[in-house]
Amino acid sequence: MAEDVSLPDLGARGTLRWIWRQLTSMRVALMLLMALAVVSVPGSVFPQRPQNPAAVAQYLENNPGVGPWLDRLGFFDVYGSVWFSAVYLLLFVSLIGCILPRLWVHLTTWGARPPRTPRRLERFEVHEVRESDASPEEVIALARTALHAGFLGRFRGFRVDTATEPDGASTLAAERGSLRETGNILFHLALIGLLLSVASGQLLHYRGQAIVVEGRGFANSPSDYDTFETGSAFSADDLVPFSLTLDRLDAEFDIASRPTTFRALVTLRSADGETREDYIEVNRALDTGGARVYLQGNGYAPDVTVRDADGAIAFAGPVPFLPKDSAYRSEGVIKVPDVTSGDQIGLVGSLLPTAVAADGGFFSAFPQPGNPLLVLQVWRGDLGLDTGIPQNVYQLQSDAMTQVVDEDGAAVTLLVQPGETVDLPDGLGTLTFDDLPRFAAFDLRYDPSLPWAAGSAAAALLGLGLSLFTPRRRLWLRVRAGEGEQAGRTVVAGAALARTDDAGLAAELDRVLDAVGTRDEGQDRWTSPS
Amino acid sequence: MDVAELSTVLVWGATTTYAIALVAFALDMARRAEVLGRAREEARLAAEAEGVPAPRAGLLAMRRGGSVVIDRPGTVSGPGGYRPGKALSIAMSTTVLAVALQVVGTVLRGIAAGRVPWANLYEFTLIATLAAVVTFLALNLRRDVRFLGVLVIGLVTIALGVGLTAFYVPAAGVEPALQSYWLVIHVSIATIASGLFAVSAAASVLQLLKDSWENASPALAHRRWALLDSLPSARALEALAFRVTAVGFVLWTFTVVTGAVWAETAWARYWGWDPKEVWSFVVWVVYAAYLHARTTRGWSGRRASWFVLVGFATVVFNFTAVNLLLQGKHSYSGLTTGS
Repeated sequence: MAEDVSLPDLGARGTLRWIWRQLTSMRVALMLLMALAVVSVPGSVFPQRPQNPAAVAQYLENNPGVGPWLDRLGFFDVYGSVWFSAVYLLLFVSLIGCILPRLWVHLTTWGARPPRTPRRLERFEVHEVRESDASPEEVIALARTALHAGFLGRFRGFRVDTATEPDGASTLAAERGSLRETGNILFHLALIGLLLSVASGQLLHYRGQAIVVEGRGFANSPSDYDTFETGSAFSADDLVPFSLTLDRLDAEFDIASRPTTFRALVTLRSADGETREDYIEVNRALDTGGARVYLQGNGYAPDVTVRDADGAIAFAGPVPFLPKDSAYRSEGVIKVPDVTSGDQIGLVGSLLPTAVAADGGFFSAFPQPGNPLLVLQVWRGDLGLDTGIPQNVYQLQSDAMTQVVDEDGAAVTLLVQPGETVDLPDGLGTLTFDDLPRFAAFDLRYDPSLPWAAGSAAAALLGLGLSLFTPRRRLWLRVRAGEGEQAGRTVVAGAALARTDDAGLAAELDRVLDAVGTRDEGQDRWTSPS
Repeated sequence: MDVAELSTVLVWGATTTYAIALVAFALDMARRAEVLGRAREEARLAAEAEGVPAPRAGLLAMRRGGSVVIDRPGTVSGPGGYRPGKALSIAMSTTVLAVALQVVGTVLRGIAAGRVPWANLYEFTLIATLAAVVTFLALNLRRDVRFLGVLVIGLVTIALGVGLTAFYVPAAGVEPALQSYWLVIHVSIATIASGLFAVSAAASVLQLLKDSWENASPALAHRRWALLDSLPSARALEALAFRVTAVGFVLWTFTVVTGAVWAETAWARYWGWDPKEVWSFVVWVVYAAYLHARTTRGWSGRRASWFVLVGFATVVFNFTAVNLLLQGKHSYSGLTTGS
């Protein structure tokens, strides 16, 4: 049915205004919040590239069908994806559009007079009439004091207004609860502050990771890190120069192989040559050069010497092996490219700190070096290190290599203990297991936005508390000189009203009435006399 | 028997005592259903005798039933002759006894391990259930919310049973990553918040039921649903759920913030979308949505209270599945032994 529906012509400005109104409406904010919860979930289900690129590669390999599609749709970097960003950015736009007008209203109505005292106080659910010996003026003064009394009196925020009615009665109107809105606005502004802090941190930070063997060190320069990344607004020239040496790594475990202590003892050398000794633990980072150094991992780096067929030293030094289980069965590769002649050598295998033989193989029974054993298999050929393509140091690129086998065609396995030297098969040379130092994996991080992020978070928490727990209350008193039986006394009528369900409302009125010197008759306090 | 074994025995004892309390709470509910169901039936018959047609008579009875108000303990008098009886008293006193056993058991657990007793999934369960029951009892000091008992103590009994049988690990020290005063602050508040969310979810379930009841939902046509007459109004239940959720939400915000501070010192970044961080964020956003829904026209009341239930579901998921199933830095269930 192509019937002409005559919509009012909003025009471009009108349409924009309409979109803006929709976006800043509570309903849309609510939808966006729900959407935010939903779009966050996939990041906990699928491996994420920024956190674990290896797991993403593994997932893509295992799921050749659906994997690439998920990749294209951003499921492996959910929190950097277009759809996640769209939701939270819209939410923040909505938040800003909602909070700025409220901020304006709040500022312009700040300290406004409380509403006039209603004519009939007995209509309110919480109301009470009492008598006092004090004069009406005194009662008003006492009430005013009571409203601002107590430890938190100043922060209670009662605004008080007094007036005299034509028939001579004095009235007092008090209102509190504007802190509720203050807190609410503070909370939302703090969220914007948090977003800005996080964003500026992204631009200004740098992070380096280095694996350092005992007795060795690294300098704070991009080339010394295994991985190094910076925000786009940070230049590597801004790095504060210093160097750090790992003197010793202490690792302790209980009998169930559970770690109890990791401690890296280090020596710091600043640019001006000053040195100091310190230590780094998992929960104790070290501040230096404007950055912080964290202990993020540890393991063993067997120190080996490989001599080639000619007897020349082709490789010497510690090689980090990555721990794979709680007893530190560690895997690694010794790559020997610099042989005098013939094939390059690759040694692939495990280090077992406390080796125990079982079922024709070995496993590690404990993470400490009780009976260290290197179990290696030998490859020969081209390591592929000269191609210029970066390689994983913990994996052997075996495309151009062949595994060395014995006469029966079984892979040759070398078993080496510290201090031992074994011959490599095929006359490739010898391998000596010299020592077993530990390594520490250090993270170095610089992020100038941290104080801002922390401040924003604290402000958000404060604002939230204020906005949820500040009661909004109105309280009125009408005070007049007694007549007849009550002559010489002062009659005080009071009522209180809350905007929300408020358990402390009656107590507040009670408190004020007690303070103006009236007696609590204690009967029918909460019910109308009528 | 050493201290660790004694702790476990006491927690078993507490669980058994909770189970007894649960039976008593359930008996009380059955009595409410019995008494109020009968009252409603009589009211219906009376209305029929006056010539009101049957379906309408039922409805009238429902309306006449009305609601009790939340008031100080001991002052509740429901319509239709229900008065809190012996079962409810027994339920409350056994609950107090169970809490005492659980507190001693938890303290001994800490002594046996030489640290605060909240560092693995079993111990999280101990603290979260304790927080739920203490919240329930504390609320009862100010107003009569004993009707929450059957749900709260039910949840607690199940959680403790699962904790003892599936999550239990022997008391031991903690790995270096957990050796921090943030363990005392961050983890305790997170666990207490979880307990509060359990209580608010219980209140919201009852709110939804009561709301359906007040609107004469045909799904609650059976006369035994008249037990809902003994509950406060849906509005009062909503207010209760909101207050508990609000406290829980502030504690949860605190949890997320302190978690970020701890992550900054231990993991070299304050936020890294670790599965636990993701789900803590999801929990936070869902409850934030609840607070917004409450003040959105067309969403307050019934609809908003569903957020409390969804929120609690995410809390339970975050509490269990994220520790057990998802690989992340928060795998502190203590159950993984490394292969």
